[in-house]
Amino acid sequence: MIAPDLQCHNLTKHYGDTTAVDNVSFDVPAGSFFSILGPSGCGKTTIMRMIAGFQEPSSGDIQIKGKSVLNVAPNKRPVNMVFQHLALFPMMNVADNIGYGLRRRKMAKPLINRKVEEALERIGLPGVGRRQVSELSGGQKQRIAIARCMVLEPDVLLLDEPLGALDLKLREQMKVELKTLQAAFDTTFLYITHDQSEALVMSDAIAVMNAGHFEQVGSAQDLYHNPQTAFVAGFVGESNKWLGSVTQRDGHYIDIDTPSMTVRAMASGDTWNKGAKAQVFVRPEAIQISREVSALRDYDNILTGKIEQILFNGAASRLLVRSEKGSDIIEVNMPQAGTTSNWSQGDIAHLGWSKDQGVAFIESAK
Amino acid sequence: MLSHRNIGFYLLLAPLALWLILLIVIPHINLAMLSLQERVGVRQYETSFANYRTFIDEPLYIMTFARTAVMSILATTLTLLIGFPVAYYIAKMAVGRAKSVLFLLCLVPFWVSELVRTFGWMILLRETGVVSSFLQWAGLASGPVELLYNDASIMVGLVYTSMLFMVVPLVSTLDSLDNSVIEAGYDLGGSTPSILREIVIPHAMPGIVSGCIVVFMLSLGNYLTPIMLGGKDSLWFTELIYSQFIVRFNWELGAAFGFLLLFLSSVIVWAALRLSGQTLERTMG
Repeated sequence: MIAPDLQCHNLTKHYGDTTAVDNVSFDVPAGSFFSILGPSGCGKTTIMRMIAGFQEPSSGDIQIKGKSVLNVAPNKRPVNMVFQHLALFPMMNVADNIGYGLRRRKMAKPLINRKVEEALERIGLPGVGRRQVSELSGGQKQRIAIARCMVLEPDVLLLDEPLGALDLKLREQMKVELKTLQAAFDTTFLYITHDQSEALVMSDAIAVMNAGHFEQVGSAQDLYHNPQTAFVAGFVGESNKWLGSVTQRDGHYIDIDTPSMTVRAMASGDTWNKGAKAQVFVRPEAIQISREVSALRDYDNILTGKIEQILFNGAASRLLVRSEKGSDIIEVNMPQAGTTSNWSQGDIAHLGWSKDQGVAFIESAK
Repeated sequence: MLSHRNIGFYLLLAPLALWLILLIVIPHINLAMLSLQERVGVRQYETSFANYRTFIDEPLYIMTFARTAVMSILATTLTLLIGFPVAYYIAKMAVGRAKSVLFLLCLVPFWVSELVRTFGWMILLRETGVVSSFLQWAGLASGPVELLYNDASIMVGLVYTSMLFMVVPLVSTLDSLDNSVIEAGYDLGGSTPSILREIVIPHAMPGIVSGCIVVFMLSLGNYLTPIMLGGKDSLWFTELIYSQFIVRFNWELGAAFGFLLLFLSSVIVWAALRLSGQTLERTMG
C-alpha cells in the first residue's frame, strides 16, 4: 500500500494558554483535492503554516509520503504554498518568478527557460514571461502563483484562501479552473478556506474545522446530507434552525418542542432524555410551500405563516416566512414553476416537510 | 475666476519660491561670480578661471578633496553595513511596542545637538577619557592612550552622526515588504543569503540609494565632526573652504572651492547611481 501524500497525527499547537489546533489527525491520499473549511480563527491557517514549516507544532507529527518533516526547514520541504495574497515577487518579471525555485535548485539555465515556458503554456498564459507582475490581472496573478509552485513538482500544494482577493465573477471562474489545474498537474492539493462554496465545488474531501478541531471529514455530499454535528449542519450549506427541548422518541425519530411548533426529525446519535435541549436543522430546499394546507397532507411537519420578504436571486430565489406562532423566520426556496410562484409580501403560506428532511442534534447533558 | 485661482496659486508658491530664490539661487549666483574673479591688485579684479586653476595646480587641495571623498564613501558604506541589520530588525523582526521603542531609541541621540554629541565622543576617546582609563585599569595599557585625532575617530563620528539618516529610509522601505513575500522565498527553496540578495535588497534598493546619498552628502559637507574628532589637521575639504573664507579672507578661492565641492560630489553621486544601475527617479518615486 502506498502511503498517503500527507498525514497529520495528533497535531496540536498552543499559543500560551490558547490552543489553536487541538489534536487534529487526517490523511490526504495522493492526487486528491482536500479542503479544510472553517470560520476565521478556527486554526486552519495554523495547520497550513505548520505543514509548510513556518510554525512548529507543540506536539504531533506531520508526514509527507510517509516521512516525517518535523525537522526539515521550510525551504527543504517537498511542499509549496500559494499565499493568501499570492506573494509574487514584485521585483522580478513573470518568468523570473516562476523560475525562482528552479534557480535555487541550481538547474541549468536553458532547462529553467524551457520549464517556465511549459508551465506558462499549461496555465494558458504563453508568452507573458517578460511582463512585470504589476501588469497582470488578478486571475492571471493567481495562475502565475500556482505555476511558480507547480514547476517545482511538490508532493503537496498548499493553498491558503487564494481566491479571497478576487471579485465574485472571477472567483466562480477560478474555482472551476483550479479544479482543472489540479487534474492537469495531478498533484495533491490542500486547500483552506472559509467559503463553503469553494470547498464544496472543488474538493474530493472536506474537513470542517471549528475551534481547533475537526468536526467532520467527508465528501461534499456527505457533509451536506449527513452532517454529524450541529456545527456542520449549520455551517455547510443554508439551514433553518429551531431550538427546543425533546419531548419523545420514536425509533430514529424524535419530537422537539419549539416555540413555533413541535418538530419531528431524524435524531443524530442514540442517547436522549426527555427535556434535553436540541437543535433541528432543515434545508430551505426540503420545505414545500403551498397556499392550501390540504396540499401538504403527506408531510409530518406543517407550519403556517406569512410571507415576510421575497429575496429574488434568479434560480436561487428565497422566500422568508414568519411563523404564526413563535414568530420564527423560515427560509424556503421559491417554487420555480406553476401558479404558486406568484407570491407577494403578506400572503398566508403553509409550509410542510417530511420527518426525514430534518436532523436533530441533542446537546449532551453535562 | 481664473485670476482668483492664479492669486491663490502664487500665494501658495511664494514661500517655496522665496526660499529657493533667496537662500539658494541668489547666494549661488553671487558665489559663482565671486569664484570667477581674480585679484590682480589691491581692490582690482579680473574675470578668469584662476581660482579653479589653483585647485588643479595645488596637489594639497586635490588630495584633500580626494581624501574627503574616499572617507565619505567609506563612512557611507560602514553606515549602510551597520544600519541595514538594525533597520531589518526593527522593520521585520521586532513586533508591536518593541518596534516603536527601538525606532525611538535610534532617534533619541538626535534630540541633542551634533556639537554635544561630538563632545560625548571626545569624553570617551581623549587621553584622559573613559576608554583610556578603562584600558589602564584593566591592565591592557601601561599609560594614557590618545584615541582622538586620527582617521578612525573621524570615521566613528561620521558613522554615528549619519546612522539615523540611513536607518529611517531603510526601515520604511523594508516595512513595505510583505512578510509573506519573504516566506514565499523560503517556501520555494530559497536560502537566507539568496532571499536577501534576490528579494530583500532589490526591494530595499530605493531606501538604500536615498540613505546613501543623504549620508554621503552629509559626511562630505560635515565640518564639525572632522575638526573636533580629527583635530586641526584632519584635512577635510570643508575645512579648506572655511579657512579661505574666514582665515585667509580669500572669498574668491573659497567660493571656487564651494562650487567644486558641489560639482564633484554631484559627479560622484551620479557615477555611483550609474554603477549600481539605479536612477534618481526610481529612488524618489
